[in-house]
Amino acid sequence: MPTWFYPVLEGVIAFFLVAGGLFAFIGSLGLTHLKDFYMRLHGPSKTTTLGVGCVLMASMIYFRATTGHFSFQEMLVSIFLFITAPVTAHLLSKAALHQKLVADSRTRNVPERLEVAEEPDEVNAESSESRLP
Amino acid sequence: MLDIALWISIALFAASLVLNVFRLAIGPDLPDRILAVDTMYVNSIALIVLFGIQLNSKSYFEAALLIAMLGFVSTVAVCKYLLRGDIIE
Repeated sequence: MPTWFYPVLEGVIAFFLVAGGLFAFIGSLGLTHLKDFYMRLHGPSKTTTLGVGCVLMASMIYFRATTGHFSFQEMLVSIFLFITAPVTAHLLSKAALHQKLVADSRTRNVPERLEVAEEPDEVNAESSESRLP
Repeated sequence: MLDIALWISIALFAASLVLNVFRLAIGPDLPDRILAVDTMYVNSIALIVLFGIQLNSKSYFEAALLIAMLGFVSTVAVCKYLLRGDIIE
């Protein structure tokens, strides 16, 4: 490998590391911040998996550049994570539907048998107050 | 540049672990807590890989692979328990 190529490779590795950290942080922020379980499931099942995939890609490029031969373990971990994350999300959503968790009023396509939480809405409160004489 | 990016990434993953612990503590129902634990497994895999990059050693990937498989199996087992009331029928 030519010598001028190493700073380029370092920049690519740094980009993948920071992007992976940002993706995982956004996913965990969604897990903490969103309203009900059906919204919360989106964050970790998609975004965090992508973040870990970015970090494993950075690790693959780094060890290819430093040791000189391709290592297959990172590829194995990322393939395993990308296969198992949808299975886990599907089983968690089935468990949540089985337990009949209360959905937020802004969650769309709620099944009939699920209970929807009533929101403390300012518009409804004002209209009910204005109906009083 | 690589050192700074590595520390930024480690800090972001540690912050996301703290957020997951917060959801694990306040989670109103059981599937929320299972989801928080599963996300903690995935974030700790990334932290172990970053630790391996920082120490320049390749012997941490077996630990990462082991944590990935154990996390998947335990999450599936707990979900199965919630769904059916039994793990092996």
